[in-house]
Amino acid sequence: MTDYSVDLVPDLAPSSQYKFATRVLPLLLMALLLLVIPLLEPSRTSLSLLNAVGINIVFALSYNMLLGQAGMLSFGHAVYFGFGGYAAMHAMNWIETASYDGGVWAAFPVFALPLVGFAGGAAAGAVIGWPSCRRAGVPFAMISLGLAELIAAAGLMFVGLFGGEEGITGDRMNGVEAFGLSLGPIGEVYWFIAFWAFAGTALMYAFTRTPLGKLAQAVRDNPERVQFVGYNPNKVRYLVFIAAGGFAGLAGGMSAVNYEIFTPESLSVIPSGLVLLMAYIGGARYFAGPILGAIMLTYMQSNFSDYSEAWLLYLGLLFIGMIMFAPRGLAGLLLSAVSGIQHSLTVKSLLRWGAYCTAGLLVVVGGVTLIELAVRRSNGFGEVFEPFGLHLSPEQVLPWMYGGVLLAAGVGLLTALHKVGEGESK
Amino acid sequence: METVVFALLNGLIYGLLLFMLSSGLTLIFSMMGVLNMAHASFYMLGAYFAFTLGQSTGFWFALFLAPICVGAVGACVERWGLRRIHAGGHVGELLFTFGLAYVIEELVKIIWGKFAVAYEVPAELNFSLFELYGAQYPAYRMFMLLVSITMLAGLWYLLKRTRIGLIIQASLTHPHMVSHLGHNVPRIFMLVFAAGCALAGLSGVIGGNYLVTEPSMAFSIGPIVFVVVVVGGMGSLAGAFVASLLIGFLQTFAISIDANFAEIFSFAGLNPEGDLGRITISSLAPMLPFMLLVLMLMLRPRGLMGEREF
Repeated sequence: MTDYSVDLVPDLAPSSQYKFATRVLPLLLMALLLLVIPLLEPSRTSLSLLNAVGINIVFALSYNMLLGQAGMLSFGHAVYFGFGGYAAMHAMNWIETASYDGGVWAAFPVFALPLVGFAGGAAAGAVIGWPSCRRAGVPFAMISLGLAELIAAAGLMFVGLFGGEEGITGDRMNGVEAFGLSLGPIGEVYWFIAFWAFAGTALMYAFTRTPLGKLAQAVRDNPERVQFVGYNPNKVRYLVFIAAGGFAGLAGGMSAVNYEIFTPESLSVIPSGLVLLMAYIGGARYFAGPILGAIMLTYMQSNFSDYSEAWLLYLGLLFIGMIMFAPRGLAGLLLSAVSGIQHSLTVKSLLRWGAYCTAGLLVVVGGVTLIELAVRRSNGFGEVFEPFGLHLSPEQVLPWMYGGVLLAAGVGLLTALHKVGEGESK
Repeated sequence: METVVFALLNGLIYGLLLFMLSSGLTLIFSMMGVLNMAHASFYMLGAYFAFTLGQSTGFWFALFLAPICVGAVGACVERWGLRRIHAGGHVGELLFTFGLAYVIEELVKIIWGKFAVAYEVPAELNFSLFELYGAQYPAYRMFMLLVSITMLAGLWYLLKRTRIGLIIQASLTHPHMVSHLGHNVPRIFMLVFAAGCALAGLSGVIGGNYLVTEPSMAFSIGPIVFVVVVVGGMGSLAGAFVASLLIGFLQTFAISIDANFAEIFSFAGLNPEGDLGRITISSLAPMLPFMLLVLMLMLRPRGLMGEREF
C-alpha cells in the first residue's frame, strides 16, 4: 500500500498575498485616506461633517456585528451608544474636577475617553443582553424595541444620571494632553476622531476573524447545527452582544468628546432606527457595507435636510427600494457592478446597464419632482420648485404632469426590462 | 371609588381600542408570520381618511368608507410590496414594514401638514350621556365602546361560524392543503392583510377624534400595540383581547393614582430622597407596558395565551 493521499491534497488555504490584499491592504488604505484628508485643508463645515461620519462609521459597524454577523435584528442599539456616551461625559467632568482638586482622574487624558465609553457600553450590553439574548429572531427584535422605549423614557426621569431634557455638558480641554493635542480646535478633534474610527474599524475587523466572530456567523446561518457541534448559540449571541455594545459605547464616547454634550434623545428609538438604516442600506452582509451606509446617510442628513424638507421620505423610500431590489445593499451593488465589468463586458450587457440606469434616473427625477411639488404645495407659502433654473409652480397642472409622465415612463421601462430579462433567463 | 369607576370605564374603552388595533396585527402575524411594524400607520391613515372624507360626506359615511380605503391601501402594500420579498425571510419583511412606517408618516406630513388636524367628534354624539359622581360622561366614549364590541362580535362570528372563517383558519395552519383544495392562498393572504389594515383604519376613525389626529400618532401608539400582541401571545386573538384590556386598565389606573415613590419609600421606611423618590406613578404610565413586555418575555416567552414560542 502506498500512501499517496497526503501529497495530492492541494493547499486550500489562501496565499499570503491574497490575505494581505483582502485583509490588511483595505485597512492600510483607510489609514492613508485618513492621513491625507487634512492635507486637502478641508473647511470647518466639512471637518465637522467628517467627524460625524467617523462617529457613525464606528456606530454602524458595531450595529452590524449584531445584524450582519450574528443575524440579530435590534431596534435599540442607540441605548449602548448612549450609555457609553454618558459614561464618557461623566468621566470628562470628573477629569475637569480632578484637574483642580486632584485625584485619580487627573492623570486620565480626554483622548482616551472612548475607552470609558467602551466600558460603559459593554457593561450596559452585559446587563441588558442577559435577558434579551436568550431569544433570537423576532422576539429578540421585540425585546430590544421594548427595552429601548423603556430606557428612553427612564432617561428623562433620572435627572442626576442623564441630565434631564437638556442633557449634560462638559469641557474636553482638560486633563493630560495626549499626543500634544489640546482637542480645542476642530482640526485637532479630527485627529482624535480619525484615530478612534480607525482603531474601532480595525478592531471590529479583527473580531470577525476570531473564533467567536466565526461562530457568530455560524449562529446566524444555522443555530441548530452550532448547538449540535457543542456550542451554546445563546452564549455566542450574548458575547457578541456585549462586544457590539462596547463598540457602540466607543462611538458614544467619540461623540461625547466631539459635541461636548449628551442628551437623553441619543438613547431613543430614532437614532436606533437610523443606525439600522445605515447598516442595511450600506449592505449588512459585507464588513465594509455599514461604512458606506454611514458615509452616505451622514452626508444626506447634513446636506439634504437643507435642500429638502422631505429628506426623511427620500430616506424611507431609499430603504424600501433597497429591501425590495437590492437586499445586499450599496456594497452588493458595487461588487456586482465590478464583477460585471470584469466578466461580461459586452455591448449587450452595457446596453442593458444603460437602459436600467436610464429607467432608474427617470423614476428618481419624476418622483423627486412630484414630492418636491407636493411639499411646496403643502407648505402653502407659494414657493416654486426651481431645479436647474426651471420654474415649476405647484399651482399649475403642467409641472405635476411632467413629474407624473417621467415617473410612469421610468416604471414602465423598468417593468419592460424586467420582463425581457425574465424571458432571456427562461 | 370615584377614581376607580372612571378608571375602569376609561380603561375599558382604551383597552378595546387597543384590541381593535392588535386584532388586525395578530391576524396578520398568525397568517403570514410577519410582524407589521407599519400597523399603527394604517391606524393613522384611518383617522386622516375619516377627517378628509368626513368633510364631504359626514362622519357616518366616513365611518364605513375610511376603513375600506385603508384596507385597499393595505391590499396594495401586500400585493406589490410584501409578496415580492416574502421569499427573503421574515427579517426582510419586518424591515420593509419598518421603512413603510417612515414613508407613511412623511407622506401624511406632506398631504395633511405637520400639525394636528381638527378631526372632531361628530355633533350628534357630542353630548354627555349620564352624570357620574358629579362629572359628565361623554356619549362618544360609549359609542366607541359600542363600535368596539360590535366589531369584536363580528370578527368572532366571521372567524368561528362562517365558511370564510374556516378557510382562513385552515390557511393559517395548512396553507398547502388549502391551496390543493383549490383556494387561492396568496389572495387569502392579501385579503387578510387588507382586513387587518381595515380594522386598524376603523380604530383610527373612532380613536382619532378621541385622542389627537397628528403625524406622530402612529409612533406613539405603535410600540404599545406590539406589547399587546407579544404579551397576549403571538397569533392568539383571545390573548390579544386579555392583554389589551390589561394594558388599558394598567395605564389608566397608573395615570389616576396621585402618588410618587417618595411617599411609598417613606411608607416602607426607605430613604425618600433622590431621583427615584421624585418619580410619580402617573409619569410611569407610559413605561408600564414595556416593563410588562420585558417581564413577560423573560418569564413566559409565549405570552398569556400563545400556543407556541414564536
